[in-house]
Amino acid sequence: MNSAAPMNRTAQTEHVPEFITQNAVAQQAVADAVPTFWIAPKHLREAMTLLKPQYPLLHDLFAIDERLRKHRDGQPAADFTVVYHLMSFRLNSDVRLKVALQGDAPHCPSISDIWPVANWYEREAWDMFGVTFDGHPNLRRILLPPTWTGHALRKEHPARATEMDPYSIDQDKLEFEQEALRFVPEEWGMQRKSDDSEFMFLNLGPNHPSVHGVFRIALQLDGEVVVDAVPDIGYHHRGAEKMAERQSWHSFIPYTDRIDYLGGVMNNLAYVLAVEQMVGITVPPRAQMIRVMMAELFRIASHLVFYGTFAQDVGQMSPVFYMFADRERLFGIVEAVTGGRMHPAWFRIGGVAQDLPRGWDTMVREFIDSMPARLDDWDRMAMRNSILKRRTQGIGRYTLEEAIEWGVTGPGLRACGLDWDLRKARPYSGYEQFEFEVPTAEGGDCYDRAVVRIEEIRQSLRIIRQCVDNMPEGPYKSEHSLAIPPPKDRTMKDIETLINHFLSVSWGPVMPAGEGCFPIEATKGQNAYHVISDGGTMSYRTRIRTPSFPHLQMIPLMTRGLMVPDLIAIIASIDFVMADVDR
Amino acid sequence: MAELKIIGLLLLLLGGAVGGAAVMTWFERRVLGIWQDRLGPNRVGPFGIVLVAADMLKLLGKHDWVPPFADRPVFIFAPTAIVVAMLLGFAVVPYAPNVMVIDMNIGLLFFLGMTSIAVYSVLLGGLASHNKYSLLGGLRSAAQMVSYEVFMGLSLMGVVMLTGSFSLIDIVLAQEDLWFAVTQPLGLFVFVIAGLAESHRLPFDLPEAEHELTAGFHTEYGGMKFAMFMLGEYLGLILISCMITTLFLGGWQGPWLPPLVWFPIKTLAVILFFILLRAAIPRPRYDQLMSLGWKVMLPITLINLVVTGGVALWLSEGGF
Repeated sequence: MNSAAPMNRTAQTEHVPEFITQNAVAQQAVADAVPTFWIAPKHLREAMTLLKPQYPLLHDLFAIDERLRKHRDGQPAADFTVVYHLMSFRLNSDVRLKVALQGDAPHCPSISDIWPVANWYEREAWDMFGVTFDGHPNLRRILLPPTWTGHALRKEHPARATEMDPYSIDQDKLEFEQEALRFVPEEWGMQRKSDDSEFMFLNLGPNHPSVHGVFRIALQLDGEVVVDAVPDIGYHHRGAEKMAERQSWHSFIPYTDRIDYLGGVMNNLAYVLAVEQMVGITVPPRAQMIRVMMAELFRIASHLVFYGTFAQDVGQMSPVFYMFADRERLFGIVEAVTGGRMHPAWFRIGGVAQDLPRGWDTMVREFIDSMPARLDDWDRMAMRNSILKRRTQGIGRYTLEEAIEWGVTGPGLRACGLDWDLRKARPYSGYEQFEFEVPTAEGGDCYDRAVVRIEEIRQSLRIIRQCVDNMPEGPYKSEHSLAIPPPKDRTMKDIETLINHFLSVSWGPVMPAGEGCFPIEATKGQNAYHVISDGGTMSYRTRIRTPSFPHLQMIPLMTRGLMVPDLIAIIASIDFVMADVDR
Repeated sequence: MAELKIIGLLLLLLGGAVGGAAVMTWFERRVLGIWQDRLGPNRVGPFGIVLVAADMLKLLGKHDWVPPFADRPVFIFAPTAIVVAMLLGFAVVPYAPNVMVIDMNIGLLFFLGMTSIAVYSVLLGGLASHNKYSLLGGLRSAAQMVSYEVFMGLSLMGVVMLTGSFSLIDIVLAQEDLWFAVTQPLGLFVFVIAGLAESHRLPFDLPEAEHELTAGFHTEYGGMKFAMFMLGEYLGLILISCMITTLFLGGWQGPWLPPLVWFPIKTLAVILFFILLRAAIPRPRYDQLMSLGWKVMLPITLINLVVTGGVALWLSEGGF
């Protein structure tokens, strides 16, 4: 019952090319008011080519297994759907295309030659759903091992180990798995030698001090010069999207903490905003501001880790300790407020878990008062160091066009000079009340990406100060019947509230059928949860669009022709965590 | 009796140098900890100093493993070379007027020779491991050492000119009125940089560069063989500091205190300076290090040499 979904905005379709509105099989109403057109596979490539000049960012590409979905009113029949979410900076609007695919081995035209960023997204859809993208240059598994059988996000694929036979490995299987690990340069698109030299292949990772988690890059080296670098991801894949389909709407919140594990409640925010938007919950002002404050604290925490490790990866030993000491003080605040530290799981659908504790403002004030001077010190120590500059300026440079083409968002995009920040462009959770600037830089190199992030720390401090000064009184959770856990004060007074409370807490709330996506400006770029409810206590499909995933795909482009130490500086400047990439 | 004295001194030196290097591992971590707003090792014994013993026990207890793909004899020989070369280097250091193992008339050259031999250790260790990271580390060390050896030697020639001797005793005595640090500031500057590069410590730890090459040339080493590399590195640090004291800071000479107190004080100050550098400065890229060496350091050294030579000549003619 999509029509039942509340519409806070109407779909803006005037910039969508006529070709699409005319050839669309159907138009779907979605909670996020993004104009959503169903289009036949044969029209897809032309539609994409027409849309690209207006909507240059391929924000997301993913598939849905529609075979068990009950509420599909008005949508064309489909076994699988591929969804394309495009974004325009100039128009500040989005458009979404959906392609209905039939059968158990669906085929869809590839758009990886139109948008290079689509390459990995299509591989992921193949890996998870078995959708074959015709024309894709390298349709291999990306998150799961090459020897995996089945497609994990299909509804018939078991979600729990208890649904499968006990795992065993015999000699044949062992040899088969080991053989699959053999490195064959040709399979990675590399040559063994050129006319005048034989290349060395260096396997950087998955365990390496500077790859920030379990990330592997196969390097083709000529001396120390990187001829080609091919990233290999998936070592940190935990099936978060699959888990979302087995957890209640409420109990999935802790899993979101672990997506960008440096972002803490920032992940909660993206998720609860998407769910709230889907069912139309309005969050009271106090809860909104608490959310903003905590999210900004975590932005600082994440950027501090970036700052320290960035300096460390170019060989400066000390900064990381100072930054971690600051982060530790920040976690003191987080702990006092939420009881948790890195993964507080503290936001709730409809608000936050508790009110702020007594004395919170003194703690926060102490922290934000002390930080600016310390940041200036860190600037003198790290950013103005001439060796650090020489290691990072002009290294790993990309242009604004390349950045958009490859799906870069967040500080990496702003370092190319575009002041695109969703907090300003599409204020959510009350960001319109705050005064802050969107820092940008011009060069688009490693150094500029760091400069932007460090300035963002200062802006976040500004936002937090405004939160402390203007924190409104009032409830910290919505009165909406789907807010969870529901308010308890009247449960002993009337039976309907008691029943609702009991059901919401024991089963979890039953969210009405609907669909919607909510992009936010997370610590590392744009994070978005595309949630689909089929009218149950659990999500039908939760798509997690993370910023780091497309960023890593750019590494070969940024590294070719540079040296191994430059690669390390580039990796550091991207600021990713593998949990955010692999989910 | 003279032989007994020499043997006693040798034993004392051996124990002192090796023990000093071991304590240095603790000292460095502790000092870095304090500078970096943290505690550093503080659990075992007073101020955590017994950690040195605990570390040694741990390393001794490790499996003495040689990777099957490594070049076995070279793999085993490499870590010993650096320790032996560095220890031999201590033989020519004059700690006090009569406290030194041997007063060679080419003491300075002997020291330079020993540090050159230590390079082989890193190079061979990297090659014998048959590991790609080690190989890259070995390659880097070869390039780095070759270029920095050149002006490490040249940077000291100013001192030699002013003294008129390669004997370290003579060099110390020549500084009775004025330290060479004052008359040879460029020489000191270049020697400090070259010494850093020779002992391959941050910021010049490119052969090791853990952020890039995991552990560089000693990636495959473990247990005591790894400990030998570390020992060699810390011996190198102490030796370079001793040499800076001897060549530029007036050696054992100083007012009020006896020579055997002045020498360690000065050396320790130099060591602290090296640790501070490690804490503060990032690592340049390999080609940047090379160009720094050939395009900045070498010209500075040559200018220093020409100027010093001119001044020495002028002074010997009796000035005006």
